[in-house]
Amino acid sequence: MQTDQHLIPHAEAANQFIKDEERTDWHDQTLWFVRQKRDKIAHTIPEWEDLRELGSQIKNHTLSRLDHYLAQFEANAKANGVHVHWAANAKEHNEIVLGIIRKHSPTGIAKMVKSKSMLTEECHMNEYLISQGVEVIDTDLGERIVQLRQEPPSHIVMPAIHLKKADVSDTFHEHLGTEKGNNDPQYLTEAARQHLREKFVGASIAITGVNFAVAETGGFVVCTNEGNADLGVNLADVHIACMGIEKIIPQQKHLGVFLRLLARSATGQPVTTYSSHFRKPRRQGQEMHIVLVDNGRSTQLGRPDFRNSLKCIRCAACFNTCPVYRRSGGHSYHNAVAGPIGSILAPNLDMRKNADLPFASTLCGSCSNVCPVKIDIHDQLWKWRQVLMAEGLAPASKKVSMQAMATVFSHPAVYRLGGKIGRWTVKNLPFLVNNKLNPWYTQREMPAAPPESFQEWYAKNRKK
Amino acid sequence: MSVRDSILAKIRSNNLTELPLPEIPFFNDGRTDLLARYKTVLTSIGGTPRELAEAETLEDLIREVYPDAERIASSVPLAGIPLVTISDETDKATLEAMDVAILKGEFAVAENAAIWVPEANMLNRALPFISQHLVLLVEKDKLVLNMHEAYEHIDTESLSYGVFIAGPSKTADIEQSLVIGAHGARSLVVVFL
Repeated sequence: MQTDQHLIPHAEAANQFIKDEERTDWHDQTLWFVRQKRDKIAHTIPEWEDLRELGSQIKNHTLSRLDHYLAQFEANAKANGVHVHWAANAKEHNEIVLGIIRKHSPTGIAKMVKSKSMLTEECHMNEYLISQGVEVIDTDLGERIVQLRQEPPSHIVMPAIHLKKADVSDTFHEHLGTEKGNNDPQYLTEAARQHLREKFVGASIAITGVNFAVAETGGFVVCTNEGNADLGVNLADVHIACMGIEKIIPQQKHLGVFLRLLARSATGQPVTTYSSHFRKPRRQGQEMHIVLVDNGRSTQLGRPDFRNSLKCIRCAACFNTCPVYRRSGGHSYHNAVAGPIGSILAPNLDMRKNADLPFASTLCGSCSNVCPVKIDIHDQLWKWRQVLMAEGLAPASKKVSMQAMATVFSHPAVYRLGGKIGRWTVKNLPFLVNNKLNPWYTQREMPAAPPESFQEWYAKNRKK
Repeated sequence: MSVRDSILAKIRSNNLTELPLPEIPFFNDGRTDLLARYKTVLTSIGGTPRELAEAETLEDLIREVYPDAERIASSVPLAGIPLVTISDETDKATLEAMDVAILKGEFAVAENAAIWVPEANMLNRALPFISQHLVLLVEKDKLVLNMHEAYEHIDTESLSYGVFIAGPSKTADIEQSLVIGAHGARSLVVVFL
């Protein structure tokens, strides 16, 4: 894993990403195409806006009684024969998972298959388990590709969206022995299918994430298109499901609302191929475990401005629509969840490390408009900026320019003089501003400076 | 204090005011062409809807669609087709060798082509996923409009494990190119009886 990634701030990482113009354009257009598929299918549902409102209200209600629903979920899961564990943070989560694995494989290398779970990415579970001698195999195709390349996923739904066919072909040639230069997705997917079938059959432990956990039944739902979660779990002796505490919903019927919203928002599909409802272990001796993880969520719950970021159902619609994400790539966000939603979740986990992320946005509001549970993402990005400025954690260049701006705006004479100098400079000495030190001029054609300010124009014309 | 209790205490300490839980309408649009709608959606996601032609049997249909299949499992009897017996106890090697699994679906959902398959219908929990191909059988009058209606038809009391299956297994993880047959079934045929 590129653990030193957090050292590169978003703007700088984005700069690296856009150096390959052709690839940047492809990335931009591909994600926009997914956004368009989302629009197309959403428009076929007359009650789409009602569903978004219902999704939002159910989540708001659940968050307002989260302790109650977690306790109810735990009691029902236990009654179903499921072991329930609680973890305050990432470290506890990883240790609980290792403890379960050790109990089943006290000696030798434990073999584990894993389907997609952003929570385990957040906790850096893979690195930890591998360091403890566990074989961890990601089974979602995109996740397997990035795992073989020792990269983190760059998108929560499409983990390898930053890669081209030829990249995957090279990786598979190196690790799976596929033909060099064969870039056919059908061929490459078949190679992965054969490789991973062996892993599915050989594994004794399966880890999954959780899309929705139902308090009323103690069951939970996992959504995949590939079938990798079910294949892993149903062939393994032990199923460990890892979930953030915000994944709870009150009743089974509420799944109707969320399953109608999730895949349509994510990829423009009517529903994922498999929506799997796990409730009780298999009859012959399978063990089921659920790990409930806080890791900062109860803190976020206590911040009124940022509380409703916990409504997120991880569809990534906000990624696909974001003009900044599309042109900077997921890795530039140095956080398990990238994009606009990641930029409001990350500062809660580590404000200092992630202080750059709320600034990685144009505040255009497109994210809030597509969010299936109506999270006010762009408002929260703006609010995080206020918090970060107040805490003195904003990027240095922002601090200086904000202070300068504050001075200028609070002194009208300075403001007027500044405008005059600015207009004169752009016209007569353009090299003073159009140079490498001024980020406003990179990749932009600046307009010609007007001959006079509005105030000057108004003073002249009001007499007429 | 246990980790559990401290997490719950921390949540409670936020003293949030309870917000209302909304009622969920059924959003029934009154249209009755559910079968036609189902077929359109299933086709669009890579599955194949079928109905038995006159004098055609299910056995004929299976032989026509999968002429080369050797290892077939079915939860309904099929005259003249040798079946592999699959149960809870079946070992992984036998499961992995399955060509076709023929299972009953409880009901079909018109809006997204999903079919509800509870554990009781699966023979073995791994079978619908590990078999190379999957055939789901649904009675024509077991069609519901949407997911709100679907959840009314799921027996929560007996639910141990169950899956909505919509189409064959697929992925678009390599440059967004759609490939049918990721890890699960390479094809899905839904037969309306």
